[in-house]
Amino acid sequence: MNIVVCLKQVPDTETQIKIGPDNKSIVTDDIKWVINPYDEFGVEEALQLKEKFGGEVTVVGMGPKRVTESIRTALAMGADKGILITDDALEGSDSLATAKALAAVLKDLEYDLIFTGQRGVDDDMGVVGPALAELLGIPNLSLIVKVEAAEDGKSVKVNRPVEGETLVIESSLPALITAQKGLNEPRYASLPGIMKAKKKPLEEKTLGDLGLDAAQFGEGARKLKILEMTPPPERAAGKIVEGETPQEKAAELAKLLHEEAKVF
Amino acid sequence: MAENKIFAGGEFLITDIAPEEVFTPEDFTDEHKMILETAKDFVEKEIVPNIDDLEEKNPELVGSLLAKAGELGLLGTDVPEEFGGLGLDKVSTTIVAEGMGPAASFGVVYGAHTGIGSLPIVYFGNEEQKAKYLPKLASGEWCGAYCLTEPGAGTDALNAKTKAVLSDDGKHYILNGEKMFITNAGWADTFIVYAKVDGEQFTGFIVEKDFPGVSTGKEEKKMGMHGSSTRPVILEDAQVPVENVLFEVGKGHKIAFNILNIGRWKLGASAVGGCKACVTEAVKYANGRLQFKVPISSFGMIKTKLADMAIKTYMSDSMMYRLAGMFDNKLAVLDVAAKKSGEENAKTIEEYAPECSITKVYGSEALDYCVDEYVQILGGYGFCAEYPAERYYRDSRINRIWEGTNEINRMLVPGTMMRRALQGRLNLLPAAQAISKELMTYSPLSVQLPDTPLALQEHMVKMSKKIALMVAGVAAQKFGQNLAKEQEVLAKVAEIVIEIFAMESGLLRTLKIIEKEGEEKAKYQIKAVKAYVNDMVPQMENWAKEVIAYVEEGDMLRTQLAGIKKLARYQPIDAITLKREIADRIIELESYPF
Ligand SMILES: Cc1cc2nc3c(=O)[nH]c(=O)nc-3n(C[C@H](O)[C@H](O)[C@H](O)COP(=O)(O)OP(=O)(O)OC[C@H]3O[C@@H](n4cnc5c(N)ncnc54)[C@H](O)[C@@H]3O)c2cc1C
Repeated sequence: MNIVVCLKQVPDTETQIKIGPDNKSIVTDDIKWVINPYDEFGVEEALQLKEKFGGEVTVVGMGPKRVTESIRTALAMGADKGILITDDALEGSDSLATAKALAAVLKDLEYDLIFTGQRGVDDDMGVVGPALAELLGIPNLSLIVKVEAAEDGKSVKVNRPVEGETLVIESSLPALITAQKGLNEPRYASLPGIMKAKKKPLEEKTLGDLGLDAAQFGEGARKLKILEMTPPPERAAGKIVEGETPQEKAAELAKLLHEEAKVF
Repeated sequence: MAENKIFAGGEFLITDIAPEEVFTPEDFTDEHKMILETAKDFVEKEIVPNIDDLEEKNPELVGSLLAKAGELGLLGTDVPEEFGGLGLDKVSTTIVAEGMGPAASFGVVYGAHTGIGSLPIVYFGNEEQKAKYLPKLASGEWCGAYCLTEPGAGTDALNAKTKAVLSDDGKHYILNGEKMFITNAGWADTFIVYAKVDGEQFTGFIVEKDFPGVSTGKEEKKMGMHGSSTRPVILEDAQVPVENVLFEVGKGHKIAFNILNIGRWKLGASAVGGCKACVTEAVKYANGRLQFKVPISSFGMIKTKLADMAIKTYMSDSMMYRLAGMFDNKLAVLDVAAKKSGEENAKTIEEYAPECSITKVYGSEALDYCVDEYVQILGGYGFCAEYPAERYYRDSRINRIWEGTNEINRMLVPGTMMRRALQGRLNLLPAAQAISKELMTYSPLSVQLPDTPLALQEHMVKMSKKIALMVAGVAAQKFGQNLAKEQEVLAKVAEIVIEIFAMESGLLRTLKIIEKEGEEKAKYQIKAVKAYVNDMVPQMENWAKEVIAYVEEGDMLRTQLAGIKKLARYQPIDAITLKREIADRIIELESYPF
């Protein structure tokens, strides 16, 4: 079973995010970059399927050169090869453009399954996976927490949680799955894995290599424009309820909950 | 990458070293970075959530975590590939040791197992011994321990009473004696035991826990590191097959001291990991804790603490990786080294004995400084076990005692260097003589410094080296062979030399960042070096004067003091602002900033 995992590099969730002077982008200076956690679930699931069915796992990323570090991490976890789409003209591309670039790489690959994260934890768009499935004309299975492949490797049964219930979907292959939290617990990149990853192929492709027109990518080609970014409001300081006795405090608290917090 | 110039041990004191000649964390390869992530992830996800259980000394948990670490390759960085390890460079080993810094007692289990427990076999074992033991140690199936100390032989390790006598049939050595304070004793499978063959020849043995006559005593009740096992190991007519003699009969001291050398700097590296965690934890608390209606991190005195913790950590970090790079250049990669004879390995490791002692002392004391201020920043909460600061504080203390106390390591720094000077291995004496000549004409007022960001600090590091050489020279001349008995003098010289290595490591690293990435990227590192040098220069001058005042009198005293004054001439800079700026950066990032 050949599997492709699409991987995005995002700021570590522990990083303090600062909004840039243009109010439309973030300051990238002090950011630690990591694999989008939802994509990491995809990598893990792909590796588990490969362990069962054999085949190859290819990781495809897009972005500046630093994205190679994340692809290498996926290779160190056990993926077989990596492809990075990198081109100055891609800077500022929106989700649809990203899906187009990924589709251009995928059309030359053999795959039974494609994994993407259900969304990027950076801008929470959740578009690339479904858009890619659409461009490739294959079924899209979103928000999946369990994957069971048929013994013959020709179809999958997947679970999606819906309002506390579980929806079980069966699909022919090839198909695209967007990974949701709960799918698995991603493995560590072991030290032997890290050393092996050094020798695994990691190819770089430009838009030209993929036969794509640069005008369809980047900031200028965006169908969605970011108008403004604002930081979350500062959390207001807590309030200490005053009162001499527990009874007084309780009365005061009830009053505040009713009049200020308006919870009842 | 650092250029592969190979320095002699202690050479930094007499040579000007260029930034491209040192290895720094900024030189990490992609693999190094991933190894650091894996080590940190392992500690964060497998160790930290289990710390309360680990503190109860839980052998099953320790065993399973060790096996997990083995699976990830974390136990095998120093073990050659053919024996189940990875045979990585020393930088990788240092990285894993640093990653284990915040692992509390598990860091000790790990450190003793991979270091003193396994390395004697890696460097001094024969092929059969390596094939028999290393795969099990590298996978974590077996746990290693190291038995040097005895009740009557602590710092004076060669005074061991444990005896080995060859059995009548010539098949076994029969060991009798008691080893004291043995880390991992409660759950170790192998013990590297030192004993004197026929009461004379100091020799290393590989002892398995199931050999007849081997047992362990009662667990020590300790101040810290509660999750590690520390027990006596008792040898009562213990039968050790002759094949288990490590290296050669009578050469145990070569194993013992060289393994300690590596252990010393690995201890330093792991202390760096602890220091970074202290800074990050302390600032998180300080940003959240309100007093007088503002976060306590807004108070100047708290800022000074945060800045000083981070600055010392930066120096310590720079020293550890610099030394790792020096070893890598000398050892090339380890699987090659492992094929060399024990004799060659001993020589290579011994080369950097002074630097190993320096990093041990500095690393352990930087950590002690950081844990102390970490507790202080937390106030009363720092004293209570609910917060990790209390455990950090207790756990840190042992580092100044084991792997050679900081006293004996301080003695070793000038001791080893001066011995080499006398052997003609290190040109300290001509350098010292040159300084007394130079002093006659040297005028600090005529020094012209280039207009570069750290020109003054580069100059002061150079001058500090001269101060060290001058003081050591004066003392050597006065006491000759008896200098070894003048511990107070040697300790001051050690102090100066240690701080030179610290300042210079931070300085060279920062210059390298400036060269590679520009001044802006090195902004805070520059501030750290400036503030640190500003703190250290007056201290150096003072240590030097104390020695001179003891050694000389009359005119000579006045002349020598004037010389020191000239060399140490330095106009203080505004370090309060520098430290405030560094602290503000720590506060903004809520983490160790470099
Ligand atoms: C928790 C723990 C774990 C340990 N694990 C191990 C282990 O796994 N394997 C092992 O072999 N050992 C181990 N040790 C032993 C440790 O290395 C020794 O405790 C240490 O070497 C000091 O020896 P000592 O305790 O006998 O102190 P002493 O040697 O009696 O020293 C007491 C004091 O005198 C000072 N002193 C001694 N000699 C001199 C001198 N010449 N000049 C100036 N000052 C001097 C010392 O610096 C110290 O301050 C462990 C100890 C502890 C507490």
